[in-house]
Amino acid sequence: MANVADVPKPSFRLSMLLYDTRYRSLTIQIVVFLLVMAGAAWLVDNTIRNLQALGKDFNFSFLGARAGYDISQRLVEYTNDSTHGRALLIGLLNTLLVAFLGCIAATVIGVLVGVLRLSKNWLIARLMTVYVEIFRNIPLLLWILLIYAVFTEAAPAPNAFRVNAETGEAATSMFLDAFAVTNRYTAIPNPVFGLDLGWLNIGLFYVSVDFLLLVAAIVVGFFLNRMALRRATRIQEATGDRPTTWWQSLLLLVGIPVAALIAMGFHFEFPELKGFNFTGGLNVSNSFMALWLALSLYTGAFIAEIVRAGVLAISKGQSEAAFALGLRPARTMNLVILPQALRVIIPPLISQYLNLTKNSSLAIAVGYLDLRGTLGGITLNQTGRELECVLLMMLIYLTISLIISGLMNVYNASVKLKER
Amino acid sequence: MKKSAFLGTLTVAGLAAGMVSAATLDDVKARGELNCGVSTGLTGFSLPDANGVWSGFDVAICRAVAAAVLGDATKVKFVPTTGQTRFTALASGEVDMLARNSTWTFSRDTDLKLDFVGVNYYDGQGFMVRKDLGVTSAKELEGATICIQTGTTTELNLADWFKTNNLNYTPVAIETNAEGEQQYAAGACDAYTTDASGLASTRASFADPENHIILPEIISKEPLGPAVRHGDNQWADIVRWTLNALIAAEEYGVTSANMEELAANSPNPEVKRLLGAEGDLGVMTGLDKDWAKRAIGVAGNYGEIFAATIGEATPIGLARGLNAQWTQGGLLYAPPFR
Repeated sequence: MANVADVPKPSFRLSMLLYDTRYRSLTIQIVVFLLVMAGAAWLVDNTIRNLQALGKDFNFSFLGARAGYDISQRLVEYTNDSTHGRALLIGLLNTLLVAFLGCIAATVIGVLVGVLRLSKNWLIARLMTVYVEIFRNIPLLLWILLIYAVFTEAAPAPNAFRVNAETGEAATSMFLDAFAVTNRYTAIPNPVFGLDLGWLNIGLFYVSVDFLLLVAAIVVGFFLNRMALRRATRIQEATGDRPTTWWQSLLLLVGIPVAALIAMGFHFEFPELKGFNFTGGLNVSNSFMALWLALSLYTGAFIAEIVRAGVLAISKGQSEAAFALGLRPARTMNLVILPQALRVIIPPLISQYLNLTKNSSLAIAVGYLDLRGTLGGITLNQTGRELECVLLMMLIYLTISLIISGLMNVYNASVKLKER
Repeated sequence: MKKSAFLGTLTVAGLAAGMVSAATLDDVKARGELNCGVSTGLTGFSLPDANGVWSGFDVAICRAVAAAVLGDATKVKFVPTTGQTRFTALASGEVDMLARNSTWTFSRDTDLKLDFVGVNYYDGQGFMVRKDLGVTSAKELEGATICIQTGTTTELNLADWFKTNNLNYTPVAIETNAEGEQQYAAGACDAYTTDASGLASTRASFADPENHIILPEIISKEPLGPAVRHGDNQWADIVRWTLNALIAAEEYGVTSANMEELAANSPNPEVKRLLGAEGDLGVMTGLDKDWAKRAIGVAGNYGEIFAATIGEATPIGLARGLNAQWTQGGLLYAPPFR
């Protein structure tokens, strides 16, 4: 019998890289990889050459230089004596603020509209359809500009709230003596702590100790509530009777923070017209309002469609079974449909959050000084460091997006179907 | 140029000047057109009319350079730039020169790698407010909301001035002068601040200019002038001396009307040198003898341009003030043509 092992092993030839299917894919991958690297190297080299030709160097020392410009909305302390790096931080916080509040508002709007669009009420379902189609199909920039224009053109000037000395009346009066929508900002009451416990330096900025205590009170209440619920479950498992816990929860979740607030002398300062503008309260600029509303309404329309798709993805049998058990439609939605729909909803929702965060860079259209406005706008312009600023800005947006994506993936893992 | 387009996309900022050859003069001649960066619209300084033809004080400088270099004042492509994009546009080679009421400062001249070739308007930053506000001095602007063009020197001056005077204010950042006008007119800010000439120009474009006043405080020095890229001395010379030719022409009484006659019969050798009837100054810059004559021929000398675009007879109504000839008590002083 012929020995199979005697068949001569074909020796490796160069042409096999191209003609042998075992090696070909590897060859192609290596070639493409080298081409991509060469392309990147060429771009970097070209940039360096051009910088040299311009006589510019590549360094980030400008971040330590005095910024010299003012920013109207700042969440932490900043003056024009602060550095460009500090201005970057202010811009970053402004970006995060509008993105965070925008994500919350967009989610609320999206879930409501998405569910209502499936309503059996003809009028409500159609109205929601109109909302979704209008906001989804018009560019976001136009919405931002439109809402901004409505605020600046239609709202009265702060001056209109001034009481005329002769007639004793003002052209416009404040809503509940606490809110005033003007063509510059919306003045709202400012929450303050009467008992000032000082400020804590946490490296980049100062945080009010009162605020930290409040957060601590909320967290403590939350954990105590969980302990109470666990205890109730234990009793239920032991005796079959679940003790009434709602008053405990209420006390722990609401009572503790409220007690903390009262202890620290929490109250509101109301806006008051002094000189040119309202003082005392918080002046939320129109650029922020316009950006926030537009981002929320625009992204909300997309989220509504995602929610609708998620709900429709749950088979009809689920709701029929719930109805058969005697659950009312609202409870069916809350207890049966939505928890299952979340599995479908979360992944596309992540990309909507990312979109909203990145879209917030349209702030420049209304002069809201976010990261794009400070680092990518004024700092870039005053220092002339285009490359550094733009690269840094890209890096920061990338980091924010990856963090959001990571957090949402963790949440997704917790709601997705567990296979045991 | 393909290379530079690619890189420009990469860096967004378009740092492609390395690909722009150093010889701007050759580029302009080869293209047959001068790319001139101007503002996005400032009445009297640079504004397109209903037919899209640009005119104004800054535009006149561009046209004079085009006439000197290409022999045709209409061979200019005007590129509107904002306060934010102007220097990038120049550095990347998108425009050959800037004539866009830009302030000559140390860091722009050195760090931004620009060359300011002179001053065509001596300006200072001021404030405009509505008359019914009852404000007569900038020092009464405590707590005011102030509209300001972002990416400008005015932004920094404003911060400095309010700090020095211990006043508070809320800045409202805007991108272009048009946006500033609209915000100010809508009452979104109490005061609008920019160069005093810009304020006069903005006020002139309002339907009710009499209801607005420009406050007396001038809080900064703003020498406005044309700028070119650093490193091309020949091109810088051409733009510099075209501007100087316009200024010198006024000093020597050379106008668009009498220049032919003066070139032939003027007793003043400097006038003859300026107009190319004697010597060959133009050739030294890489142009020809008649360059200055063509530049002056477009819209006349500095004084004629000033009077026609922003002078007292126009709606903008700016007095010559600092921008009078040195012989008239102003600061305009062209070096000798020799």
